[in-house]
Amino acid sequence: MEPVGISHFMTVGAIMFVCGVVCMATKRNALGVLMGIELVLNGANVNFVALSSDFLTTNPARGLGLDGQFIALFVIVLAAAEAAVALAITLNFYNNHSTVDVDRADELKG
Amino acid sequence: MNWHTFFFLLFALVACGFAVMVVLSSNIVRMALYLIFSLGATAGLFFLAGADFVGAMQLMIYVGGTLVLLVFGVMLTAQGPFVSMKTRGGDWILAALLSGSLLAFLVPAAFSIKEWTNAPPAAAEEHHAAAGRGRAEAKVRFALTSTPAENADAAADESSTAALPGMAAQPATATRLGMGLLGVRVDKLEGRSPELQRGMSGYLLPFEIVSVHLLVVLVGAAYLARSKRRATR
Repeated sequence: MEPVGISHFMTVGAIMFVCGVVCMATKRNALGVLMGIELVLNGANVNFVALSSDFLTTNPARGLGLDGQFIALFVIVLAAAEAAVALAITLNFYNNHSTVDVDRADELKG
Repeated sequence: MNWHTFFFLLFALVACGFAVMVVLSSNIVRMALYLIFSLGATAGLFFLAGADFVGAMQLMIYVGGTLVLLVFGVMLTAQGPFVSMKTRGGDWILAALLSGSLLAFLVPAAFSIKEWTNAPPAAAEEHHAAAGRGRAEAKVRFALTSTPAENADAAADESSTAALPGMAAQPATATRLGMGLLGVRVDKLEGRSPELQRGMSGYLLPFEIVSVHLLVVLVGAAYLARSKRRATR
């Protein structure tokens, strides 16, 4: 793996994505689920930035160029917004139920 | 092993290792701490990929803003000193199956395209292409900057770039990103036909939308999380 390429960055992104998915699926704490979402978004961001890079590939003309970095920036901003709203919802849930266990949030079950 | 590979391995190991520890830990405070390390190492990976502005934004917004928000959430919803919600054993088995199959699908897919692995034989053409793009960007830059002295400097810079083809003068990405927001794409000068380019205004409209969206979302979050005083009413 002497010249580091897009593939190696994408492997890191894949590992972070999978960790985030497992974190979302297995954590019972609502904040743990939120952290899983952050990990998933970061895995996607690693892929976007790697594809936008000029010197990680042998054919930079077929890369994303600056578009990948723009998408990564938008993802970062949207992740901040999502974290704020999800945290507000979690705090509301904690005020009503005095727990953040997502298994207790089953009142809407049909 | 050169320094790029060394730092890539370092940051990749820190990012992936702490991501795995976020999954395996059951203490929410430790999870937040591991997540901070993982995202900080991801910012290092962004710097290594040449995206310095995105890396700085990752450090400032993500690690400095979003994770502080998460840590405050952890503190505001604390339920006694050592509350940990365990995951059941069957869930772990399912999760291991799911993650193993996902990884077995994603990692070979990442290595399946030859030019993504950055194999050495085509390195010479890559350097030429990068140098050519650097020169085109330099031309745009001194078309935009006005004074002749700067033009002379840029010309000297260009000649030194031509002398060292592997060290193409890439400016910091903040300038290129800012111009791309305004619709001037210095990285794709000859990319599109003029008919397609007429309707393009860069990323200015998405930027406006995302900033108004962030404002509305923060107002909504403050409204949602306000302390209710039903008892006094």
